[in-house]
Formats: sequence, C-alpha cells, structure tokens
Amino acid sequence: MKVEPAQVETVARELYIRALKLLPPDVKQGFDALARRESDPGAQRVLGTMIANIGVAERTDNLLCQDTGIPIYNVAIGRGVEVDGHALKQAIRRGCERATREHPFRSSVVHPVTRANEHSSCGRGVPVIAVDFSDREETLEIEMIPKGSGSENNSFLRMAIPAEGVDAIKRFVVDCVLEAGGKTCPPTIVGVGVGGTADLCVHLAKVAATRPLGSQCDDPDGARLETELTRAVNLLGVGPQGLGGDATAFAVHVETAATHITMNPVAVNMQCHSARRARATFRPGGVEYGY
Amino acid sequence: MAHHEFAMPVTEAQARALKVNDTVTLQGTLYGIRDATQIHLFDRGRSTRFDLRGHAVIHTAPNVKKVPKSAEHPAGYAPLCIGTTTSDRMERFTHPLMRRCGVRLIIGKGGLREGSLAAFGELGGAYLAIIGGTAALETTWVEAIEDVDLDDLNPESLWKFRVRGFGPLLVAMDSHGASLYSEVKRHALARRAEALASLGVKA
Repeated sequence: MKVEPAQVETVARELYIRALKLLPPDVKQGFDALARRESDPGAQRVLGTMIANIGVAERTDNLLCQDTGIPIYNVAIGRGVEVDGHALKQAIRRGCERATREHPFRSSVVHPVTRANEHSSCGRGVPVIAVDFSDREETLEIEMIPKGSGSENNSFLRMAIPAEGVDAIKRFVVDCVLEAGGKTCPPTIVGVGVGGTADLCVHLAKVAATRPLGSQCDDPDGARLETELTRAVNLLGVGPQGLGGDATAFAVHVETAATHITMNPVAVNMQCHSARRARATFRPGGVEYGY
Repeated sequence: MAHHEFAMPVTEAQARALKVNDTVTLQGTLYGIRDATQIHLFDRGRSTRFDLRGHAVIHTAPNVKKVPKSAEHPAGYAPLCIGTTTSDRMERFTHPLMRRCGVRLIIGKGGLREGSLAAFGELGGAYLAIIGGTAALETTWVEAIEDVDLDDLNPESLWKFRVRGFGPLLVAMDSHGASLYSEVKRHALARRAEALASLGVKA
C-alpha cells in the first residue's frame, strides 16, 4: 500500500478538528460510570455540567474546550506500507496548520523565549510527531491528541532510588494528584511512567495518560499498580474541578519499561476530563476515522 | 446558599455580600484576561483604555474569527469558542487587578491562593468558579465581542464580551476568608494517610 503525502495532509487537518469536537465513546462511558458512583451532590452537579457540554459541542458543532492544546500526532506504520517518511511529517505539519487557519481556531503554540505566536499551531518541534512501526499488514494509523495545558502543566518526574522501592512510586503518584488539585481539570486520567531513562519515563507517562479508558497495561505488574492506584487517588476527595467529591480520576494508567540497576524513576502526566483523541486508519480500501 | 443575579458592574457591597457556595449569574459586560495580558499590564507598564471598575474578569483566551466590523460584531471578531483557563498561574495579578483596575470578581477554574483570598477580604471581591473544559456550553452565554484592547497579544488580548445569563457560577472564594479550595485541600491532606495505607505504604 502506498500512502501519498497529500492524503496525509487532508487527514491531519481533519483529525485535529475531529479531536477538538468529538469526545471518544470510552470517555463518555467513563463519565457515566463516575456520575453513577458520585456521592457528593455538588460534584454530581459539576459532572452533570461536563456531560451536558459534550452534547452542546456535538449539537452546535463546536469545540469541547477552548484549549486547542499542543498538537500531537502519533504515527504507526504497518508492514507493506510504502511512504516517504520525511514527506509524511511535512504533510502532517501542513494539515495541522491548515486546520488552525481554515476552521479557524486558536493557535495555542508560542516560541518558548519570545512567546511569539505564528497562529498556525506550529512552531519549532511542534506539532509533536512520533513515528513508530506496527506488525499490522498494509495499515498506517495516525492518532491525534490536542494536549491541553491545564493538565500538561502538572507533569512531574522523580528519579527515586532502588532503596525506596515501589513505595516511592505509589507515594509520588498520590502526592502529585494532591498537588495538582483542581488545576488539571479533574476528573483526570493519571498517566504514570515507571522505569526507563528520565525522558522515556516521562514519555511513558504521556502514553499512559492518553490511552483509552478501559485499556490495561500489558505488563501484569503495571496493571496491578493501575488497580491499586486508581482506588487510592479516588480516596483523596479532590473531586471534579477540585471542588470536592469522589470523582478525582477516571483511572490511573501505568506504562513500564526496564530501567538501570541504580534507578527507580517515576513520572506523572495527566489528561484532563476533556480527554480528546482522534484516529485515522489508512488501508488499501481507504481511510477510516475513529478514536 | 443564595443566588445572585448581577447586572455588571457591581458595587463593593454587592461583592462583599457573596459567600462561598452561593451562585451568581452575570448579565451585560464581562472582560477576558489572561497570562500575557496581565504580564503586559502589571510587569511591562502598559495600560488599557477600558474602565474595569466594579467589573468581572474571566481567565480566558478565546477562539475567535476575524470578520468585518458590523452591529453584530462591533470589534470585528466573531466568538467561536470561549472557555476558561486554569487561574493558579495568574495568582500574583489578583491584587493589582483589584487595587489598580478596580476589578471586583474573578472568574476562573481550579482556584486561587492565599494572596488572592487576602485581596478579596482587603478590597472587596470574590472568585467565581466556572466548570473548566465546558467551553461549548459557556460560548452559548456569550452574545458578542463588543471590543478588544491590547490586541497585539491575540489571543491573550483584553476582551470585552457582552454576556446574557452567564452562569450559574459558584462562589468558591469570598471576602470573608472562606475558600472551597483550601477546605478541599485540607480534607485531601487528611485523607492522604488513608490513601497510602490502602497501598500498603507508610505516610
């Protein structure tokens, strides 16, 4: 299967707009589950407003949240796919810029020193484009995530040491959720990276935070941590918007990687309740959109 | 837990009458302000032609579309999606916003800190919580962008919105020293040991 850059550009444009407007079904189901369990009347009202907003965005064809985020495109290239990798990255960038200017919506991206905004959602190194390879035959997937800043600003890394054990990881996650309070727009998906190098650890936390609700870490030890930590952070009572209640997190997701004998790194990256995500799958028959 | 309908601007007495857990709905004028707006106003010595005395500001940088100026769009901008950003980053600007500009109400998400709470008590103001991430809904409460200042900072300009039925907003910090955020944080810290115990970890 050959994938043309022009097609990628169109898809990259469409994905950004879809992600900003349509919340994935797993997140909607997550809201329903939290609302059913919530015992605090104030928190019930907050969750009710969040759920109502999802419907308003769909009915009015509007963005769910004003924060158009930092655009992230995750590309997975399967077997038997012919694509010019450099051209693919340029096409994604053009699609991202066109979505911003043609829709139009707010460019939330500025130069880190001058704070200049090119009004294109692009800049040095942005959009973030991560390319990986998969074993799927004649399939190319692009996942688009507009990562909001309220949650991204609450990102944490701790290079714990082996003598602190797994307790250090657990304590760190609980304390990060406490520290973040209402600033992350809870209920959140708390992404936890365990192991790796410092940069890999933070990347794993982002992968975990942006994974669909209901998915599980494929490392059984990571999956066990997910269950324990999800229960623990929801005992804190931070609640939706940090105004109190049971629903602090939809879930804690964990991703793991091997690490050095002297290291015990843990990172936390959170996703806000507007856990936006869109996906396009290229196959020989055409492109299919989903989440 | 009273409900207040405010036709903006409001007096100091109206702002001081607010208590946490009350609700407020705004009519008329609302100003939008953000990090860069306040950095330029308070750190870089710029000023605005808008009179903010008695008004409410919302922590926002909206999605807008440039259009020809008209009766419907007097500033030449159509509002597309207007939401609210995390307030905490702008904590240090609460006092100057109130003291120098006369702002009475701050609308945001996630709350402000002790310094802002002190400013609300000293100068007569309150923090009104909106539900973050519900911009599609919030946009339906905005009738028009009436005017804009400091627009070189776009989208972090100083925006003048005309709103109708903007709310209900929750009074989360008041002029009597009460803050729902401090209360929730205190409770959460008290529950930390329980959360850690559930993980088999010592506090």
